Amino acid sequence: MRLRNPFGRKTQEFPSHLWTQCPSCGEMLFNKQLERNHSVCQKCGHHFKLGALARIELLADPKSFSETDADMVSSDPLGFVDSKPYPERIAAARAKSGHKDAVLTGNAQISGIPVVLAVMDFEFMGGSMGSVVGEKITRAAERAFSERKPLVIVSASGGARMQEGTIALMQLAKTVAAVARLDEAAIPFISVLTDPTTGGVLASFASLGDIVLAEPGALIGFSGARVTSETIGEKLPKGFQRSEFLLEHGFVDQVVPRTQLKERIAFFLNAFRVAGQDLRWSL
Amino acid sequence: MSMLDRIVGSRRAADGNGHVAVEAGLVTDATQLASARPTPWQTVQTARNIARPHALDIINRVFERFHELHGDRSFRDDPAIVGGIAELAGRPVMVVGQQKGSSTEENIQRNFGMPYPEGYRKAMRLYRLAQKFHLPLVTLVDTPGAYPGPEAEERGQAEAIASSIQLMTRLGVPVVVVVLGEGGSGGALALGVGDVVLALENATYSVISPEGCAAILWRSASEAERAAVAMKLAGPDLLETGVADALIREPAGGAHTDHDATAAAIKTALVAQIDRLSRVPVADLLSLRYERFRSFGMFVEPNGGAAPEPPAPWWRRILKNPLEKGGL
Repeated sequence: MRLRNPFGRKTQEFPSHLWTQCPSCGEMLFNKQLERNHSVCQKCGHHFKLGALARIELLADPKSFSETDADMVSSDPLGFVDSKPYPERIAAARAKSGHKDAVLTGNAQISGIPVVLAVMDFEFMGGSMGSVVGEKITRAAERAFSERKPLVIVSASGGARMQEGTIALMQLAKTVAAVARLDEAAIPFISVLTDPTTGGVLASFASLGDIVLAEPGALIGFSGARVTSETIGEKLPKGFQRSEFLLEHGFVDQVVPRTQLKERIAFFLNAFRVAGQDLRWSL
Repeated sequence: MSMLDRIVGSRRAADGNGHVAVEAGLVTDATQLASARPTPWQTVQTARNIARPHALDIINRVFERFHELHGDRSFRDDPAIVGGIAELAGRPVMVVGQQKGSSTEENIQRNFGMPYPEGYRKAMRLYRLAQKFHLPLVTLVDTPGAYPGPEAEERGQAEAIASSIQLMTRLGVPVVVVVLGEGGSGGALALGVGDVVLALENATYSVISPEGCAAILWRSASEAERAAVAMKLAGPDLLETGVADALIREPAGGAHTDHDATAAAIKTALVAQIDRLSRVPVADLLSLRYERFRSFGMFVEPNGGAAPEPPAPWWRRILKNPLEKGGL
């Protein structure tokens, strides 16, 4: 006979702080196990969104990451107020995500190769790019340029930050100008697109990697799916704007599962480094 | 003082990132404008007015002997972007612009000035051509945004815009941008990276359309008027943020009332700017263009960007650095 508490609420079978349901296959996943598997569903391989810190842990060698420009915070260039003032939104996002803005940048090593690493976090206002993200990405690219280190950027962003208006739009040109100099100086730039990478971030530096990698099933596109379906007045096909769609149309080099991401990046960086050291080219 | 400053004249302001000569009859300070300014929402309506002069109206009045060049050499010719070689006061230049229609039929043919990726790839082909033969580049921006349809996604709208911006940041010829009407987001910026960015008095430049902004932030497109105010997308705001270096005056009542006068004002400004910029060494142009876009951004750094001090190890905290006192 089962004992039950006649007064209290029925205990949940899967309390949400312990269990997560996979949106793709419906499997209940034990959170600790999910974390150990880098937020990838063990059953169907669905890739959950990964925070910036977990991403750095995934890609950088242990204890090799040292953050730069950690204190930079956004000011309110336009005095923007929608349903609440922009500074309040920033404060809420800081409390929610634990970061000061939507990107962490720093020096790191990937399988022993020194790189400049920038990782975006979707938790902070949808990973949107305003002045701070633009400036930190630009500084990261400039540091890669002056120290001749490869640049690796992991994007996760809804696009430009509307609350900073045209200043946010200008961040597209600013970041692109910085990675364009890397391109001219033949310093490798690897862009990793994760779920989601859309709008102004995809229309700037994220599309311009020497190598562009994407995580499986990530939403990647220029305009939001809602805008697109309203434009043509019909529903979009399944898999539209997903990583595999971009692979098929020739806009990403590979779709790489999260567990293989580090070794794949290391392989490409190593290939460029070894070839770059070959003296025959410089003679 | 850089090479460009000496040639071009004094900077607009100490903190401004533009370098525009004031004597060309341009507005470089919002106080020079009439005090009874239209509201931002009225400006948005004026910028979208179908009777407003569009790229070809301006090209045919400003330049002599314009010959259009077609196609991206890979997919098709996008009618929403026009470009070609023309003469500006006797000097050959490359001109590329976004073309809206002046009637509903033409708008359908021009896709309402919303380019597909192949339009941007055509623009890039013309930029490269300009660089190869040292033709100064003039771009005319007038678009609600890049076309957001599924075919555009399939053909890489984002990649086309990103590559176009990248090419413009490193293009080794003088580039003058004129925003004629709507400067809609990334689709406008793909033609908008220049040494000098000018805008017509009633032009707008924004990260998203006011309707789009309202739909996302207020969850109602009818709040577009409020969004237009909050986004600071009109002429005086563009001067203030430095997005535009100077405004070109429109005839009283707006550019749509007199295409010839508008074109004449644009021509005066273009001739002066191209004349100055073509005397500047290319390396200086490129580094100043980099600095112009590098300087956008407003943020706060409590420690002036210095890395935070690493916490002292526990034994240091106990011993309080014995070495300073002459050792243990």
